[in-house]
Amino acid sequence: MASYKTNEFKGGLKIMLDGDPYTIVENEFVKPGKGQAFNRVKVRNLKTGRVVERTFKSGDSVEAADVLETDLQYLYYDGEVWHFMDPSSFEQLTADEAVIGEASKWIKEQDLCSVTLYNGQPISVDPPSFVVLEITETDPGLKGDTSGGGGKPATLETGAVVNVPLFVQTGEMIKVDTRTGSYVSRAKEE
Amino acid sequence: MLQRLRDFFAEREVLEVETPLLSASATTDPAIESLRTRWSGSGTDAPSGQGLYLHSSPELPMKRLLAAGSGPIYQVCKVFRDGERGRRHHLEFSLLEWYRPGWSLSALIDEVADLLRVILDRPGLEREVLSYRQLFRDRLDVDPWGATPAALKAVARASGLEGCDHLELDRDGWLDLLMSQCLEPGLGRGCMTFVRDYPPSQAALARLREGDPSVAERVELYLEGMELANGFDELTDAQEQRARFEADQRVRRAAGQPVPPIDEAFLAALEVGMPASAGIALGLDRLLMCVLGAEQIDAVLAFPVERA
Repeated sequence: MASYKTNEFKGGLKIMLDGDPYTIVENEFVKPGKGQAFNRVKVRNLKTGRVVERTFKSGDSVEAADVLETDLQYLYYDGEVWHFMDPSSFEQLTADEAVIGEASKWIKEQDLCSVTLYNGQPISVDPPSFVVLEITETDPGLKGDTSGGGGKPATLETGAVVNVPLFVQTGEMIKVDTRTGSYVSRAKEE
Repeated sequence: MLQRLRDFFAEREVLEVETPLLSASATTDPAIESLRTRWSGSGTDAPSGQGLYLHSSPELPMKRLLAAGSGPIYQVCKVFRDGERGRRHHLEFSLLEWYRPGWSLSALIDEVADLLRVILDRPGLEREVLSYRQLFRDRLDVDPWGATPAALKAVARASGLEGCDHLELDRDGWLDLLMSQCLEPGLGRGCMTFVRDYPPSQAALARLREGDPSVAERVELYLEGMELANGFDELTDAQEQRARFEADQRVRRAAGQPVPPIDEAFLAALEVGMPASAGIALGLDRLLMCVLGAEQIDAVLAFPVERA
């Protein structure tokens, strides 16, 4: 089993702690005048997203996590799990609700998602940063209001609800920033 | 800063010296790893030449000078420590080290305080001297001499030190963690804080107190929550010194660390006789951080190692 010593620690390194895969967010080397050195590390649990602090004795080893980040194409949702495909190997993988999380609000068929694989299985899914989705329902805006000063809720084809300017209408395509869940612009018809 | 420092010592008739950066021996301190290099022209049979260490401190050769009758001496030099890199650590850094034959540790503390007032240009800067034991008792309510590792771990947890549940450390390990993480940030706030009288297990190259061997004559200086200097009433007993080096080597061997050779020339000098002396090493990069109010050591380095 591969392992890392504390002097290999850096942001982004994937390690195993208590049976869960973690990524190092921040690593601080500390040492008193003489004596034992330590690494105080902030780590994010790749399954839950929770960030915790850990202290290691410098020189200690930690097991490496078999974690891979890869782009997978979203195929379809069968009512229970979400199906993805590796575009180069055509291998198919599935993600359940706990894994897909918030991403389910934004993705539609064919989208390329960044998926974190642990021991070959998806443990988290990030949607593309920007997605173009159709508005399926929103209140009609007032005629002549093009300033975009106010806003109104709009339901998108994936079920997500975002705040849009008053001039945007049902049936239009809009661009959304999935990291903040906010409206970016109208999308041009392609 | 260097100009002020040199003027300070010139005025006090302390001689500036220079000792080699390269040495065939290296520190045995298990907490310090030396960098190694090779000398191809040494005439050894080995095709790769003779291994040499970059010094981690000029301490031992300077003590050889003291034994040779140099009188008070100081040195400004680069030292090297493998694996040390962080917000306040850089593998090569500048050290000011000086020795006062015939002086007590208390007299040296006074001189360090004087030097800092000059370099920081803060003539009114106060100083406090705390004992290691009192510091732990007052701020953490624990006696560093008597406490078990389990009790110290409980203190660490109670102090809000996160992520230490899984650590397995001996007593000195926990004391080091508590010192650097719980106590150090609060030391030297608005004044210079000298912490002295360490447990003998953390004596390094300090002598134990005459009449009370439970205390090591070692001092550390803190300013603005940062450790700046470490000093000793120097151990001059060759036999005791050899025993400590050999104990270090055993610890290193047991931990699978490299075991560098002991500096025999230094021990020979102690045999001949080194005058009782107080000595201290002060990190100049960190002092410059204090002068400039910098938070990171990188801010006072022209080119940190990643861009060197």
